[in-house]
Amino acid sequence: MYSRTYKTLVSIPPLLWVSLFLLLPYALMFAHSFWAVQDGVVVHQWNLQNYATLFSKPVYAEVLLRTMRIAASVTLCSLLLGYPLAYYLSFHAGARKELLYQLVIVPLWVSYLVRGYAWKTILGSEGVLNGFLQYLHLTHEPLAFLLYSPFAVVLMLTHIYTPFVFLPIYAALEHIPRPLVEASHDLGAGSAQTFLRVILPLSIPGLLAGATFAFVLSLGDFLAPLLVGGPSGTMIANVVQSLFGAALDWPLGAAISVCILLVIISLLLLTERLEKRWSFK
Amino acid sequence: MNPSAASSAETAPAAGEVLLEVRGLAKSFGARDVLKDISLNIASGELLTLLGESGSGKTTLLRLVAGFEQPTAGEIWMSGERLDTLPPYKRRVNTVFQHYALFPHLSVRENVAYGLRVKKTSAAEIGGRVEEALRMVKMQEFAESRPSKLSGGQQQRVALARALINRPLLLLLDEPLSALDANLRKQMQSELKSLQRELGITFLFVTHDQEEAMALSDRIALLRDGSLEQVASPREIYAHPATAYTAQFIGQTNLLRGEIVNGTARCGALQWPAQGPSGPAIFSLRPEAIRFASDNVAASGTARFRAAVQQQFFSGASELLEVNCGGQLLRVRISARGPLSGEHNFVFSAADAIRVQE
Repeated sequence: MYSRTYKTLVSIPPLLWVSLFLLLPYALMFAHSFWAVQDGVVVHQWNLQNYATLFSKPVYAEVLLRTMRIAASVTLCSLLLGYPLAYYLSFHAGARKELLYQLVIVPLWVSYLVRGYAWKTILGSEGVLNGFLQYLHLTHEPLAFLLYSPFAVVLMLTHIYTPFVFLPIYAALEHIPRPLVEASHDLGAGSAQTFLRVILPLSIPGLLAGATFAFVLSLGDFLAPLLVGGPSGTMIANVVQSLFGAALDWPLGAAISVCILLVIISLLLLTERLEKRWSFK
Repeated sequence: MNPSAASSAETAPAAGEVLLEVRGLAKSFGARDVLKDISLNIASGELLTLLGESGSGKTTLLRLVAGFEQPTAGEIWMSGERLDTLPPYKRRVNTVFQHYALFPHLSVRENVAYGLRVKKTSAAEIGGRVEEALRMVKMQEFAESRPSKLSGGQQQRVALARALINRPLLLLLDEPLSALDANLRKQMQSELKSLQRELGITFLFVTHDQEEAMALSDRIALLRDGSLEQVASPREIYAHPATAYTAQFIGQTNLLRGEIVNGTARCGALQWPAQGPSGPAIFSLRPEAIRFASDNVAASGTARFRAAVQQQFFSGASELLEVNCGGQLLRVRISARGPLSGEHNFVFSAADAIRVQE
């Protein structure tokens, strides 16, 4: 058994970390959202004006809705890419498994910014893709929707978050005991039925974890819309950023952040419950 | 024969006819030959045990019959139909897995119903047959439980019901009792055997436990390093082991390595009349074939010897002695008679010294 002193000593660093870098900033953010700003200076006047502004001006709801739509699209696209990839690797890749796994992980080592600029070069009106399409005479002028659009944001975020979706699904699939798959075949189920009746249900916790990653990370993303989003691809984090930056309206920015935080917390609670419902230990 | 007619036929071949035919079956994993040229027939209604040490290939043979592995060479036929070319889900063979492999996300009832559900059987028929299967293994009251809430023995019963609901022609059991404790194991052995009699389904049973194989089987197929060592009924294989390996693996024995000279076998201080050409020979002599003798005079057709008791292992009704006969250690099984020491006279009949191959 460990002594009381030892337990106290080892618990101090993490407690300090959590209070300094997590609890304190959140408390400040929460407090700011009930303060006001006068002549560009935050004044500690408790009020609900920020929340009133949020709910009365439709632009905020619009951006929040667009953000959720983009996050949902990213989630769906990375699930559609990540699940089959994880399934193939876990069940059919054989000896190539290790290599393919590394190939999926490698993009995570490349800086987010570099990947963002890469998409800019690919999608731009003078970009690689448009040049190629015109070279093939498939199009006669650059396709405008490729860059500076919600499409570009979804594309870039899907590219970035697919490995995050892949990993938990792959882990869940790897944990399915193979005799269960054999038992299913043995009892008369072909590959499709075995997938639907055994593999898919048992991989749902991984699927939920992956989907949560993609959705939550996309929801708070501001670099992708900044780099490839354009005005029509602006997301809620960009609004927060400009309120804290150029607009110098920290209280309103904090109020939006609190709203996003509430959305994310309810989402996490929901997926946690769902994951419990679908885990069979 | 028309394959679809054969696979949909509800009738198994009459008892005693050949149900499964394994012809020259071989399986390699890379450079490792796990099974070499196995040929084996299983009769309808029979309980045949594949017995062997771990690595002998018994599980691989079972998996080839189930369809989870593809043979490197050879064929498997079941009631006139080529089996090894069919995918597992088209074979009228079902498996009870070593660790049961029950679906953790389904209730006991849904687990048992699985085989019928994937075949799109009508709900009414599923309901009736599942009830019947659960009653057969006495698990009705646990129908709504999840497998994780069940004990090992209960999971075993569910696995059995789930495998039998498709009315397979052949049931494969992969060390189904190895995870159970000794008492439950004996009870399940007895239940398995009566269930098999009742249903008349052919069982192919894999085990590494020779006692279990002896207790359950109609016939035992003993595997050694991927080859069949001997296939015979438990009594036959015990009484007439073909090889030294078989004699040692099935039950306990004394292996006497000696020679035959002019109709007399010699091994150390022992000698007894034996037929066969002169030369080196190995004999298997079961411990219970050796008895106490009143004197040291040899009668015809027997061997007598004097030996000192070195060890005595009491095991209830009987006890096992280790005796030293001129430097040679022999095991003797006698009915329990209290502590022994010193030298005694022993006798065995020459007919009980079974000549075996290396």
